Amino acid sequence: MHAIFGRLSLEAFPYHEPIVVATFVAVVLGGAALVAALTYFKLWGYLWKEWFTTVDHKRIGIMYMVLGLVMLLRGFADAVMMRLQQAIAFGGSEGYLNAHHYDQVFTAHGVIMIFFVAMPFVTGLMNYVVPLQIGARDVSFPFLNNFSFWMTVGGAALVMVSLFVGEFAQTGWLAYPPLSGLEASPATGVDYYIWALQVAGVGTTLSGINLVCTIIKMRAPGMTMMKMPVFTWTSLCTNVLIVASFPILTAALVLLSLDRYVGTNFFTNTLGGNPMMYVNLIWIWGHPEVYILILPCFGIFSEVTSTFSGKKLFGYTSMVYATVVITILSYLVWLHHFFTMGSGASVNSFFGITTMIISIPTGAKIFNWLFTMYRGRIRFELPMMWTVAFMLTFVIGGMTGVLLAVPPADFVLHNSLFLIAHFHNVIIGGVLFGLFAGIYYWFPKAFGFRLDPFWGKVSFWCWVIGFWVAFTPLYVLGLMGVTRRLRVFDDPSLQIWFLIAACGAALIAVGIGAFLLQIAVSVWKRHELRDVTGDPWDGRTLEWATSSPPPDYNFAFTPVIHDNDAWWDMKKRGYKRPMGGFKAIHMPSNTGTGVILAGLSVAFGFAMIWYIWWLAALSFIGILVVAIGHTFNYHRDFHIPADEVVQTENDRTRLLSGRV
Amino acid sequence: MSTHAHTSHAPAGHGHGHDHGGHHHDDGHAHGTFRSYMIGFVLSVILTAIPFWLVMTGKLDNTQTALAIMALAVVQIVVHMIYFLHMNGRVEGGWSMLAMIFTIIVVVICLAGSLWVMYHLNTNMMPMPDPSQLP
Repeated sequence: MHAIFGRLSLEAFPYHEPIVVATFVAVVLGGAALVAALTYFKLWGYLWKEWFTTVDHKRIGIMYMVLGLVMLLRGFADAVMMRLQQAIAFGGSEGYLNAHHYDQVFTAHGVIMIFFVAMPFVTGLMNYVVPLQIGARDVSFPFLNNFSFWMTVGGAALVMVSLFVGEFAQTGWLAYPPLSGLEASPATGVDYYIWALQVAGVGTTLSGINLVCTIIKMRAPGMTMMKMPVFTWTSLCTNVLIVASFPILTAALVLLSLDRYVGTNFFTNTLGGNPMMYVNLIWIWGHPEVYILILPCFGIFSEVTSTFSGKKLFGYTSMVYATVVITILSYLVWLHHFFTMGSGASVNSFFGITTMIISIPTGAKIFNWLFTMYRGRIRFELPMMWTVAFMLTFVIGGMTGVLLAVPPADFVLHNSLFLIAHFHNVIIGGVLFGLFAGIYYWFPKAFGFRLDPFWGKVSFWCWVIGFWVAFTPLYVLGLMGVTRRLRVFDDPSLQIWFLIAACGAALIAVGIGAFLLQIAVSVWKRHELRDVTGDPWDGRTLEWATSSPPPDYNFAFTPVIHDNDAWWDMKKRGYKRPMGGFKAIHMPSNTGTGVILAGLSVAFGFAMIWYIWWLAALSFIGILVVAIGHTFNYHRDFHIPADEVVQTENDRTRLLSGRV
Repeated sequence: MSTHAHTSHAPAGHGHGHDHGGHHHDDGHAHGTFRSYMIGFVLSVILTAIPFWLVMTGKLDNTQTALAIMALAVVQIVVHMIYFLHMNGRVEGGWSMLAMIFTIIVVVICLAGSLWVMYHLNTNMMPMPDPSQLP
């Protein structure tokens, strides 16, 4: 049995945990209903041919967003469980989660929210928007793009599997040794963590390479570097950061795996190993990672602010340079995550000062947005509301960040709920608000109709108020010295703060519910919310020049760029759509190889986690065979015939002139 | 970043990376001449021979030998870059050079930073003081 199933046995299934069993039943019923519905409506072929195997950057972008949304629900469920546990575990009560379960919950929450919510959302928006903004037909390597997406899904799938088969890590989201070593964590939790991140990391790195290449090589003629839209600039910097920093994560996790699998001593305290080296390496990746998340959101705010203020962005050049400076500086601050590890005053002051310096280009950006709004005719549509909420919220988070950057203050506040409040303040207030701004802004481009504003506003206010109600108490508790990741509390005077925080989480839950409802309502009322112009917000950049949703080929003719608000410039000069002279368009073909490779990678990861060596060997060989086999696939491209292009463009002409 | 106007773009119908005829990178793809390969080869041989000579004759003490070998290794990396990998400011419109400079900066920051941080940690935290010797 051991040779066949490795360490996988019936005991691995947590049937003795009622919460997990109930979740499992719900997932099975929901999954069965979904599968039944897809089968009943005969959608499997459609999904496989048009979506799963697609190499179209727009569809891949949308699939990334769906992945992010699904994982947001999982990660948020974890958050609610924590808030509930902490709200009731007072006065001798143990709460409702045992330590084993609670530790998995907070670890899974962090891992999922960063790697499988924020990253897919950010990558999804970049995937969708960047090629359109630079006037390209697709990304540089369309197949690689599909493969990257499915690898990300593969990593997410491994995390989800850990819920019902075995357990997830109980180490916190960065799995520091020695706690994550084999001695302290002998079960499968940390292995799930390692392989989920390794599988997803391949996808993230490759999509980073892909987008860097796309932005550098495939810009429309006339679009010099300093004529690129700001979102494209921030995407470029983000992807440069991905390419430079994710290999460090991969290497650190490989060393940790070696410690766990073959008994090396990189991160133990014996034979010259040093656990702090892991902390050092993981944060050399980890700090750039937070800028990977926030930079594209800065780009979104720039696009939204100038569009909804009806003005050119104030200080385009300074915005670009601030972005580049942040890119470099993000590599010089990692030690502020472990000031207390015992380095001397000189090391701590160096990293404290670089951390404070990074707030200067960020502050410059805030002023750029404010000056863009100054004397603009501001339209408070949903994207703009999220942007204003971001500015107010993020500035507070930034200030508490500078506070934490002072090493002596950090010695008091590290590992406390103050830190938790700070980074949620910048990640929710910065990244998540930015993603919502981006989703509302570009949704009409992707689907051809706007999102319903009423439910959007309900969601907006619940989120923003909910955020403050949930995290202000954490600032207070942190200042009083409450440390993070606690499961039970002795001091009953603290309970009120946790109750308030739980109310905040409930408000956010309403916000998420309203968002989902909004999507449903908008699909229902799509004919009222329809936009036929392709430019519902009076936009300024190139993605608004094409139809909504854009045709497969994005642009029938590659546009020529004269200004960094290219589409605004074209509109001002009385741009006329080309009506004739269409040619056949060369396009890449769909392929299922990405799905297959990612599936094999999941099998490989699962086999490694459970020590099922035969399956690991088999799936690894499978990966090689399929990857090499794909190089012999010569059906890589096709031409959209000229007739079809003419047909598509004529349809649009009719739509624009209102004769439909 | 470079503000260099680099307007190389995908030709119409360029859907993906391995396009027929989409392969000729327009800008200065140097391929090297026999002469440049020979210069690189001879320089590499010399730069390899010197460390061997240093070690075999023992002209310098151990620390100096180690430093000299590392310095020569760095020079050799540069030689390989220039003569074998044809690195110069013009390849791919300067992007290769820029990417290399960025890579070097990041690698130097990571290595030097890690060494500094861990060295500091070790001097501060190890060896653990003997409790009986504390005042």
